[in-house]
Amino acid sequence: MKSIIKIENLIFEYMGEEDQEPVKAINNISLDIEEGSFTAIIGQNGSGKSTLAKNLNGLLLPSGGAIYVNGWDTKDDEHIWDVRQTAGMVFQNPDNQLVSSIVEDDVAFGPENLGVEPKLIRKRVDEALESVNMGEYKRKAPHLLSGGQKQRIAIAGVVAMRPKCIIFDEPTAMLDPRGRNDIMDIIKELHEEGITVVLITHFMDEAVRAERVIILNKGTVLLDGTPEEVFKEHELIRSVNLDVPMAVELGAKLRSRGIKVPEEVVTIEEMVEFVCQYK
Amino acid sequence: MIRDITLGQYYPGDSPIHRLDPRIKIIATVLYIVELFIVNSFIGFGICAGVLFVTVAISKVPISYIMRGLKPILLILLFTFFLNIFMVDGRVLWKIGFLKVTDNGLYTAVFMSIRLLLLIIGSSLLTLATTPISLTDGIERLLTPLQKIGVPTHEIAMMMSIALRFIPTLLEETDKIMKAQQARGADFESGNIFKRAKSLIPILVPLFVSAFRIAQDLAMAMEARCYRGGKGRTRLHEMKFKAKDIWALIALNAFLVFIILERIYMTKVGG
Amino acid sequence: MSIQVRNVSHIYSKGLPDEQLALDNINFDIYDGEVVGIIGHTGSGKSTLLQHLNGLLKPDEGTIIIGDVDITKPGVSMRDIRRRVGLVFQYPEYQLFEETVALDVAFGPKNLGLRQDEVDDRVEEALELVGLDYEEVKDRSPFDLSGGQKRRVAIAGVIAMKPQVLILDEPTAGLDPGAHKEIMQMIREIHRTENNIIIFVSHNMADVAELSDKVMVMDRGKMITVGTPAEVFTRRNRLAAIGLDVPPVTEMMYELKDRGVEVSTNVLNLKDAEEELYRYLRGKKAK
Repeated sequence: MKSIIKIENLIFEYMGEEDQEPVKAINNISLDIEEGSFTAIIGQNGSGKSTLAKNLNGLLLPSGGAIYVNGWDTKDDEHIWDVRQTAGMVFQNPDNQLVSSIVEDDVAFGPENLGVEPKLIRKRVDEALESVNMGEYKRKAPHLLSGGQKQRIAIAGVVAMRPKCIIFDEPTAMLDPRGRNDIMDIIKELHEEGITVVLITHFMDEAVRAERVIILNKGTVLLDGTPEEVFKEHELIRSVNLDVPMAVELGAKLRSRGIKVPEEVVTIEEMVEFVCQYK
Repeated sequence: MIRDITLGQYYPGDSPIHRLDPRIKIIATVLYIVELFIVNSFIGFGICAGVLFVTVAISKVPISYIMRGLKPILLILLFTFFLNIFMVDGRVLWKIGFLKVTDNGLYTAVFMSIRLLLLIIGSSLLTLATTPISLTDGIERLLTPLQKIGVPTHEIAMMMSIALRFIPTLLEETDKIMKAQQARGADFESGNIFKRAKSLIPILVPLFVSAFRIAQDLAMAMEARCYRGGKGRTRLHEMKFKAKDIWALIALNAFLVFIILERIYMTKVGG
Repeated sequence: MSIQVRNVSHIYSKGLPDEQLALDNINFDIYDGEVVGIIGHTGSGKSTLLQHLNGLLKPDEGTIIIGDVDITKPGVSMRDIRRRVGLVFQYPEYQLFEETVALDVAFGPKNLGLRQDEVDDRVEEALELVGLDYEEVKDRSPFDLSGGQKRRVAIAGVIAMKPQVLILDEPTAGLDPGAHKEIMQMIREIHRTENNIIIFVSHNMADVAELSDKVMVMDRGKMITVGTPAEVFTRRNRLAAIGLDVPPVTEMMYELKDRGVEVSTNVLNLKDAEEELYRYLRGKKAK
C-alpha cells in the first residue's frame, strides 16, 4: 500500500520560558500512514498527540526530522497549501472553528481559499453538507445549532476541500453521547468512501473502531498495531494512566479466573459473539 | 436577557430584497439616510416612511421583529426628543419650572424623532435582509478602489465578518461567566461606581481569556483550511449586477430626484 | 437539610414567538446526604433546573424549598441561598480570573462576608479537599496549571463556600481518562468528608450508575423518572425511547439476553458483569 503521510524521526520542541530548556513534546517518532487506512492515535493529555496532529498538515513544523504528505515536505513553503488541502483537519472545539455566520458560507470557506470556481463551489458545498446530513441547515446560523451539528458543519467544511486524508483532533471531546455517535458514524462513512482517517482521541470505544491503534506516551510511540494487538497489552496501557476498552478489561478478568476468552476480543460485539457460542 | 438583542442580526428569508445585490442595498441605505436629511417637511417624511414600509413589506421581515430590535435604542430616541423639546427657542406653550416647551421645540423634537426612527429602521433593514457575509462582501467590493491607496479592504471585510460571527458566541460566553460568578456570590448591582467597576473584573478577565482562546483556535482552523488572505480567493456567491439590480438602481435614483424636487417645492411654498 | 421541589415550571422568552417551556411541572425530593445523578439530552432542561436550585433563575410557577427556606419567595437573600447551595458550572476552569490560585478560591468566601482568617482557612481546606497541595499551588497563577488542575481549583472555589448542597454540571466533560478518574474520586472524597447533598449532571452512564443514590431522568423539560440506579437502568427500553443509553456493561448484558443467553440484566458495573458472565460460562465448555 502507498503511504500518504510519512513521518521520519520527528522531533518537536516547544520553546520554554526564557533561560529554560525547550520542552520536547515529540521525541523521535517515525510512522507511515497508509492511503485509505483508519488510524486512531491515543494518549493522555500531554502525550504529544495533539502536537503530532498539528504537525501532520504543517500547522506546526518539525524541530527535527521531517513529515511528507503525499510526497511533499511540510517544511516546503511552495507546497504548504497542497499539504493542507490533502490533509484536512477537524478540531476539538466545534464553536471556534466555524468562520461564517451562515452554514453554507462556512462550508464554502475552504474551496474559496483554494480558488475553486463559484459554480463548482456550489456543487461541492451541497454535496459536503449532504454527506454529513446537514443539507436542510445550509441557510442557518451556526450558533443556533447543537455542538454535534456544528462539528458536522466543520467536517463538511473540510470535505468540501476534497482532501485525501482527514485528521480529527479529538472531535468528540466536547460533545454529548448523541453528538459523539453521529460524528463517529460520519467518520466511518468517510473512511468507507476511501478517505484516509487519522483520529486523535482518548475514548477507547472510539479507538476500537479503527484498523490501527497507536498509543503515545511522553512524546514516543508506546504501542502500534491492530486494536487486538495493542489492547492485548492492557497492563502496559493502564500503567500510563489510560483506560482499556471495557470488553478488554472484562476479558482479562475472566481469563484470570480460568475462562478462555480469546485475547482478540476487544469490542462489546466481539464479547457478545464469544459468549453466544456457549448458548 | 442578553441574547434577545436583535439589532444588527440577520433575519433569514428569500424575498426580492434578500436577493438583491448587497452593493445596491448598501448604496440604497446610504442614499436613504442622505434623503432623510434632505427632507424638511412632514410630507417628505410621509413619502420616505411609505417607501420604507413598502420595502419592509416586500422583505417579509415581521414588523414585530424590527420593533423588538428597536427597544435598546428607545432610550436614545427619548433623549433626543426631550433634548429638542426643551432646548429650542420659540413661542412658549407650557412651562414646568425652569423647563419650557416651545412650539418650535415641539416641532423640532417630533421632526428629529421621526428622522431618527426612520433612519434606524432603514439601516436595520439592511442588516436584517442581508447575510453578514454578503454585507461584508459588498462593503469589500465597494471599497476596492481604496486598495490602490493601500487600504487593506479584504482584511477589513474579513475582520467585520468574523466579528459578526462571534458576537452571539461571546454574548453567550458573557452570560455563562456572569452566572458562574454570581453563583460564587459576586454582586454586580450594588455599591458605588468604583465598586461596580471593580466587580466587573471577574467577568472581564475570563471573557478576555476566552476571546483570546477563540482567536487562537480560529486562526489555526482558518490556516488549516488554506486561508491566505484575499489573493486568489473565489466566492460562492458571485457578485454580478442582474436586471433586477439595475431596476433597483434606477428606482433609487428616481426616488432621490423626487425627494430633491419635493424639497425645492416645499421650500418655495414654505418660503 | 433536604430539598423539596414542587410543581416547578419555567418558560423562556415568555410572551414572545420563540417562547419555550423549559421546565414542565417538576416535582422531586432530595434527602440529607444523598448523591443524585441527573441524566438527559442537551436541551432537556437539566441546566435550567440546576440554575433554579441556587436562585440564578426563578420559576414561573412552583416552589423550591431548601432546608427550611422557600427560595422562590420574594425577599429571600441571595447570599443566604448561595451559602447553602454551591453550583459548579460546565467547564468551570473558564471562570478563573485571579492572579493566584489562593485568591481565586477566596473569591466566593469573601463574597459571603467572612473574616480574612476564616477565608484563609477555608481556602486551604478546599484546596486540600480537591486533592491539590496547598503550599505548592497557592501562589501560582491558575492559568499555568494543567486542564485537570484548573478544574479542581474552580471546584475548590465553590467548595470553599461550604455549601450544604453541591451541584456539578458535567464535572468531567472534556477530560482525558486519567483526569476523569481523579475528578470522580474527588467527588467521592468531598461527599465522604462533607457529607453534603451532591447533585451532578453527567452523560457518562457508568459514572451515574456508580456514584448515585438516586437517578433523575429528564426529557424535554419533564422529569421522566426518579429512582435508584438499578430501578432506572433496568428500564432500558424506556430510556431508549428518549434516546438515552444504559451503562455500557448493562447494554452488553441486554444484548446477550436479546440473543437468547440466559443472563441477568441487573448489572450496573464491571464487577457485576464479571460475576454474572463467570457464573454463566463456568458451567460451559469455556472453562
